[in-house]
Amino acid sequence: MKAVVWEGANELAVRQVPEPRIRNAQDAIVRVRRTVTCGSDLHLLGGYVPFMERGDVIGHEFLGEIVEVGPQVRKHRVGDRVVVCSFVSCGRCWYCQQQQFSLCDNGNTNPAITENVWGFAPGGCYGYSHALGGFAGSHAEYIRVPYADQGAFTVPEGVSDERAVFASDSAPTGWMGAELGGVRPGDVVAVWGAGAVGQLAARAAVLLGAERVIVIDRLDNRLEMAQRHLGVETLNYERQDIGGELLERSGGRGPDVCIEAVGMESRSGGPQLWYDQVKQQLRIETDRPVAAREAIHHCRKGGSVFVLGVFAGMVDKFPLGALMNKGLTLRGAQQHGQRYIPMLLERMARGELVTEHLGTHTMPLDEAPRGYEMFKQKLDDCVRAVFEPAG
Amino acid sequence: MRWLVTGAAMVAGGLAARRLLGRSGQAAGQRAQRVVGRRKPRWHVATVNLPADQIGVHGQLPEPLTGLGDAVEIQVRPAAGDRGTEIAVRLRDGDRLPAVEAVQRVLGRDPDQAIRAALREAKQLIETSEVLHPDAPPTIESTPLNRPLQLVTRHGRREGRL
Repeated sequence: MKAVVWEGANELAVRQVPEPRIRNAQDAIVRVRRTVTCGSDLHLLGGYVPFMERGDVIGHEFLGEIVEVGPQVRKHRVGDRVVVCSFVSCGRCWYCQQQQFSLCDNGNTNPAITENVWGFAPGGCYGYSHALGGFAGSHAEYIRVPYADQGAFTVPEGVSDERAVFASDSAPTGWMGAELGGVRPGDVVAVWGAGAVGQLAARAAVLLGAERVIVIDRLDNRLEMAQRHLGVETLNYERQDIGGELLERSGGRGPDVCIEAVGMESRSGGPQLWYDQVKQQLRIETDRPVAAREAIHHCRKGGSVFVLGVFAGMVDKFPLGALMNKGLTLRGAQQHGQRYIPMLLERMARGELVTEHLGTHTMPLDEAPRGYEMFKQKLDDCVRAVFEPAG
Repeated sequence: MRWLVTGAAMVAGGLAARRLLGRSGQAAGQRAQRVVGRRKPRWHVATVNLPADQIGVHGQLPEPLTGLGDAVEIQVRPAAGDRGTEIAVRLRDGDRLPAVEAVQRVLGRDPDQAIRAALREAKQLIETSEVLHPDAPPTIESTPLNRPLQLVTRHGRREGRL
């Protein structure tokens, strides 16, 4: 079958690879109908995650049709149209039962790597390096889905593929940031990053009752998109004073909840970007935490900061003093999608959660390297490139 | 960008070697003492999300653990806070020199590796009724750069902090 494989830093190719097989009784095989680029893929492409191997299939946000099920799959049958959570979780360990599905004890077949790097191993993730299980990704014609009853969700009639595919990762990630960030009615919420995850975190904050939601980015097309589709306020950090604007828009208090939806390659308009870039290239620090620093700095006293953007290792100049002295709550997580996807699909069916606008460029899988180049360089106002393996 | 990946792989390899040869963050004196002294077997403990009376068939632990035979001691006890059951395993005897242990780990013949794998697999069997397998057939190609990573992933369940 055709698949998009990682061949080295900044090298992608469409290759023929073996088709996946049922390996466990709870597996399903899904024929992929739509699969989406994600900003976190760029960390893999850029060589920032040293646990990739030549030939690894990438991609983790997808929707498709079940074509084969293992003998222990009870909820699904061949022909079901499903959206699949990007994280592989068993549904039965203590973490899954606490609804912290991305922390699953059993979903990662290579726990040794992340236990040594992070102390304990999170669950597995499709197409996201051997540190997260080495599972083949979704940029392929077919994909194996372990624990299919836990991670695959039937898409309701009336919800299009174009909308539902974002229930795989972007929408639950954004929702989690707002919910676990503690957004309450009347809050002022600031979101760093107007990509798909940032926009959907902002939408979640609106749906959870926030009074003002402010999205911060440097790309006008994304900010205009957030205004038009989400009805939120925006700030461009290259042209506006973020600190001053946030104070003005929050009555001098600062945002109640700050959501970082940028990750380890974040940018800024100031010299700290150059500082972090040099240190990152020299491997003195692995991640650039510019947006996380700003979120902590601008958050109100006693407020909450949630880190949604993907970080891999160590950061420098982390404002622990501000965190401690302002009494902030800092949280982060990979997405606990199984907790949110059924609710999000219902909201999609009711029209409360609209996502189609995020898939700005749709193309056949053969054109994936071009799609990633557009996505990475933000060419032609690309927000997300969507691949159709059958297209 | 290849140099970036090469550099990262070297750093990862160095960290792995350091991990194999001794834990980071420990005082130099402790480390020096461990290099010359024999190390006692420690308990490896996993918590499974079920009460003790629901583990295994007729109270029998799953095969990965029973397969370790008399070489190990096993303790089963309730976990604090109703979090299930703790299963603790350690080698019955066999104090080893750290250098010997490091060589055994690299060669994949360290009995602690077998204990870690057995504990993880037993936990999966108890909680989910199967051991999750990696994808097959693999799509990757072997290159000089990814051989260290392949070595690490071959020991995915046998290594780590458990």
